Amino acid sequence: MAYSDKVLDHYENPRNVGTLDKDDPNVGTGMVGAPACGDVMRLQIKVSDDGIIEDAKFKTYGCGSAIASSSLVTEMVKGKTLAEVEAIKNMDIVEELALPPVKIHCSVLAEDAIAAALADIKAKRAATTKATA
Amino acid sequence: MSSLNIPIYLDYSATTPVDERVAAKMMECLTKQGNFGNPASRSHPFGWKAEEAVEEARRHVAELIGAVPKEIVWTSGATESDNLAIKGAAHFNKKKGKHIITMKTEHKAVLDTCRQLEREGFEVTYLDPQEDGLLNMAAFKDAIREDTTVVSIMHVNNEIGVIQDIAGIGAITREKGIMFHVDAAQSPGKVAIDVDEMNVDLMSLCAHKVYGPKGVGALYVRRKPRARIEAQIHGGGHERGMRSGTLATHQLVGMGESFRIAREEMAEENIRMGQLRDRLWDGVKDMEEIYVNGHMDQRIPGNLNISFNFVEGESLIMSLKDIAVSSGSACTSASLEPSYVLRAIGRNDELAHSSIRFTMGRFSTEEEVDFTIGKVREAVTHLRELSPLWDMFKEGIDLESVEWAHH
Repeated sequence: MAYSDKVLDHYENPRNVGTLDKDDPNVGTGMVGAPACGDVMRLQIKVSDDGIIEDAKFKTYGCGSAIASSSLVTEMVKGKTLAEVEAIKNMDIVEELALPPVKIHCSVLAEDAIAAALADIKAKRAATTKATA
Repeated sequence: MSSLNIPIYLDYSATTPVDERVAAKMMECLTKQGNFGNPASRSHPFGWKAEEAVEEARRHVAELIGAVPKEIVWTSGATESDNLAIKGAAHFNKKKGKHIITMKTEHKAVLDTCRQLEREGFEVTYLDPQEDGLLNMAAFKDAIREDTTVVSIMHVNNEIGVIQDIAGIGAITREKGIMFHVDAAQSPGKVAIDVDEMNVDLMSLCAHKVYGPKGVGALYVRRKPRARIEAQIHGGGHERGMRSGTLATHQLVGMGESFRIAREEMAEENIRMGQLRDRLWDGVKDMEEIYVNGHMDQRIPGNLNISFNFVEGESLIMSLKDIAVSSGSACTSASLEPSYVLRAIGRNDELAHSSIRFTMGRFSTEEEVDFTIGKVREAVTHLRELSPLWDMFKEGIDLESVEWAHH
């Protein structure tokens, strides 16, 4: 199967590979997928007090398109507000990477990873607000 | 001096390049100056000469498997041979019984043929292999019924290279009077074949895995005791009525020559393949979390199928773009299913998704193997650095205990 140049670029030079401290109250972690299905994505975002994503890291087990999708997502979310990030849809990833139909599930997974990371940070913030209240 | 040609071909079980000696012989059978006649033309020397070449090729094929030339029926390849053998024998014996036994790790040419027969009202038992890929003989014996008419078991598995005990199965089927078909697409030139010692009734063969051309194969059909099959392709009554169609002289001559060379060079070639395979394995075996799929000794020497845990097969293949190998993970095709062969031998989905099949052949070199070792180590290390599963493994988390969100 032929990969687009953008997929190859992200695959060969993945951006923002790594790990943030998942216990940090400002870090949201989203892990989605399953090994049995052939892909697992872990997306982590570091959110400032005023709700801006300062940093993002990923690690992904999966095909080239899954790795490229998650690498792209880390670039897309950096510097954005939580609300802006929430608006990112899988079709944005499909278009940017020119994913073929059999690889659309990779973009869906990436959207799920964003949602999971957002849910995690929101839960953490709700818990701290409650604790300090 | 470097003789490395990139990309390196290590997918000899998918197909092989035609040996130059074979190609030279084939080219003599095409043009006006060559042996172009129709082997079925009885009325002039063009036909006689073509027939002579075809019969010589038939002898070479027969000799490699211990058969007599009259037992060789030409076909278009192993897929057609599998269809002809299994449907042909099942249809011929349908008054006697309608039960067929095969294995879950067979090639699709056998499995899909059996599925078709099920639609026609036959019953098929698909036996599980053992973890090492081999047939469990006790389970096989238990599966035999009064109405079992055909048993189809492959000689060498295309994915994991394991060699089934064909003689052991043949002794049982012969005693019970059941027709025994063997898909031997992967074995000529790699494992000794003697259809008499093995008590095989029908055997599928093809040329393109043995440095011959694509598009040609043969079916061995035993004469004593006679294996009876119903033809699937009707026409001019060629090949004693079992397979009509004008014989493709150049293709058959190519198959004959490739089998002749295979017979002569097999012993030496197998020693070299074994050395290359061991060299490859020695170069990677100290890596963590890697698993050989299939029995390590009861397999052809040129095959090494390895699962690299926590690395996904398709991305690994992408990283190994300088090396032509195949993956047990079929993500590259439309289906996202991991290899059914690896699932059948009990590998979990992760390991099935993480497998690479390396198959070496006549033109493989030590230099190519060394280059491959370096690339594989580099790619696996890189992808594990990207893998959250590898992180978890290193943290001591049992992946089986994690609740995954299946999608």
